[in-house]
Amino acid sequence: MGLKLDREARSGLLLVGPTAIYAALMLAAPLFMIVTFSFWTQNYLDIDRTLTLANYRTAWSEPIYRVLMVRSLVISLIVTAVTVLLAFPIAYFLSFHVTRRKPLWLFLITVPFWTSYLIRVFLWKVILGFNGVLNTALLDLGLIDAPLTFILYNTNAVVLTLAHAWAAFAILPIFVALEKIDRSLLEAAEDLGDGPLRRFLRITLPLAMPGVVGATLIVLIPTMGDFITPRLVGGTEGMMIANMIQVQFGRANNAPLGAALAVSAMLVVGVVSLVIYLAGRKFGGRVR
Amino acid sequence: MAAGTGNSIIEIAGVTRDFGSFQALKGISADIREGEFFSLLGPSGCGKTTLLRLIAGFDEPTSGTIAIDGRPMADIPANRRPTNMVFQSYAIFPHLDVAENVGYGLKTRRMPRAQIAAEVEKALEMVDLADYGRRAAHELSGGQRQRVALARALVMRPKVVLLDEPLSALDKKLREQMQVELRELQQSIGITFILVTHDQEEALIMSDRIAVMFEGRIAQLASPEELYRHPRTKRVASFIGVMNFLPATFVSRDAAGVTVDVTALGRVTIPPALVPAPLDSATIDTVGVRPEMFTILSDRVEPAERATPGTVTGNSYYGDMTYYTVQLDGGAAPITISMRNTAGRSVLPSGSRVSVGWGAESIVLFE
Repeated sequence: MGLKLDREARSGLLLVGPTAIYAALMLAAPLFMIVTFSFWTQNYLDIDRTLTLANYRTAWSEPIYRVLMVRSLVISLIVTAVTVLLAFPIAYFLSFHVTRRKPLWLFLITVPFWTSYLIRVFLWKVILGFNGVLNTALLDLGLIDAPLTFILYNTNAVVLTLAHAWAAFAILPIFVALEKIDRSLLEAAEDLGDGPLRRFLRITLPLAMPGVVGATLIVLIPTMGDFITPRLVGGTEGMMIANMIQVQFGRANNAPLGAALAVSAMLVVGVVSLVIYLAGRKFGGRVR
Repeated sequence: MAAGTGNSIIEIAGVTRDFGSFQALKGISADIREGEFFSLLGPSGCGKTTLLRLIAGFDEPTSGTIAIDGRPMADIPANRRPTNMVFQSYAIFPHLDVAENVGYGLKTRRMPRAQIAAEVEKALEMVDLADYGRRAAHELSGGQRQRVALARALVMRPKVVLLDEPLSALDKKLREQMQVELRELQQSIGITFILVTHDQEEALIMSDRIAVMFEGRIAQLASPEELYRHPRTKRVASFIGVMNFLPATFVSRDAAGVTVDVTALGRVTIPPALVPAPLDSATIDTVGVRPEMFTILSDRVEPAERATPGTVTGNSYYGDMTYYTVQLDGGAAPITISMRNTAGRSVLPSGSRVSVGWGAESIVLFE
């Protein structure tokens, strides 16, 4: 391979180049720093640059970190499941039952994003709070005698808020996958004897699988690392690994441990994503 | 060419289908016989596909009834009808291999696995795709996809196979080959086939009977030969093959037949056997003659009932045939004549004076 590039390769490089440089500076470099940090040790005022696995040992053996890691994974898996399960019917409805003004419907789905995420989280606090909209309404209707407390400052609130926040990101990939299904395939399945349910399980769902997997990963990966939502509505019970990472980098003044936790969380989410991706491919490609 | 047993397998009575203010079908009645190859032929938008979808159960008629094998189909959904369809796009399930595609419907019927495998094997052999079972859908050529779609329908042993323009996506050579194969297959298994097509040649080659449809109505339902030789309307005549239309006026009708005055050809009497019964003779204004029913008479003696002089104004050479345009003396528009290029016959140049032979029996009357 010489250094002479043909015209196509050059124009390709020109297109990819700026993004690649930006990604290298803004993504790869910080990532490299984090990984490096995770092998160092924090002394009181300076950093010992001797390479060590001690931080990882701490991250994987101390109960507090293990609990937070497992809890983060469980919460993000629940959020993902809830989001995707709620998004699928909406995407299905959009794709199969909306015949007129589809663009308008899609546009409406993006409306919640017109306000900042922080404001939306605060709105949930207003709705779910002790003296919030929901409790007041239920009290006034006489349906409850005392305000409900299980709806704010715990895991439920985190799940609810995140599921709402990520809904559109789950709806769109599923919608696109459903739109791509050739409708004559559904008629063929019906023609060959399938009722609506069997047809859905054998044709629609497997063919929508790429969209479902896409939606799952899009929701799961950022949710695992979310720290605003658990901080604002999660209380102590809803605290997640990202909050601990933040603490380590900040108040605890232990950046190397924070880095090790971050890298560990990345590995966990990476492995889980890979499993989901492979499972989706397997299911999407199989007859039922 | 026997068309099945003669018993009706599908009875269509007064079927209409409205889409909003547009009426796609305006009262269709037809009986389709068991074991016949039946074609719905017409230009796009004539309602032929709509009718096929009504038979398959993908759509409901606005009024009228469809019965299959004596059972009214009004409340029976597509998945419970004894019909199977070969889709225009073939609708091969992309996530399944060939055998899984073909066995799809048998699995729904909860047939044992081993039996499904055997049936699929047989069906694939029938369409010349033995050993293709493990191929993925995307590895198939257009012709192979078409065969898989056919095998998938046949393996269900339906009472009727519905084919929605199944050959339109294939190239010409392959299409012609498949026309013959499909016809032979249908005859050997004896299942009723209903074909939707806009290709008149395809319909003629494959069908026992053809329903020609225009704008939601059946214009004529007859055998290919009957349709070609005795089209009932000018529209049917020009849709199927080429037809020369010559202005004519009615003269008289008696035991000898119907006598008309035809521009350029002169006075001619059509024998009663060739006059369609419902024809109102007084309204005859046109006659039609197929290009091959004219002959350009050469110097060699060729028998012709009648002969009319004319001038060649153009020719198109097709190898086996030559199509001439000839201006008959006293004729209005030039006519088209097709001649086989048999031994010793050379292509006549434009401007040649010729004598055009024809006979009363080749003339079709139109109102």
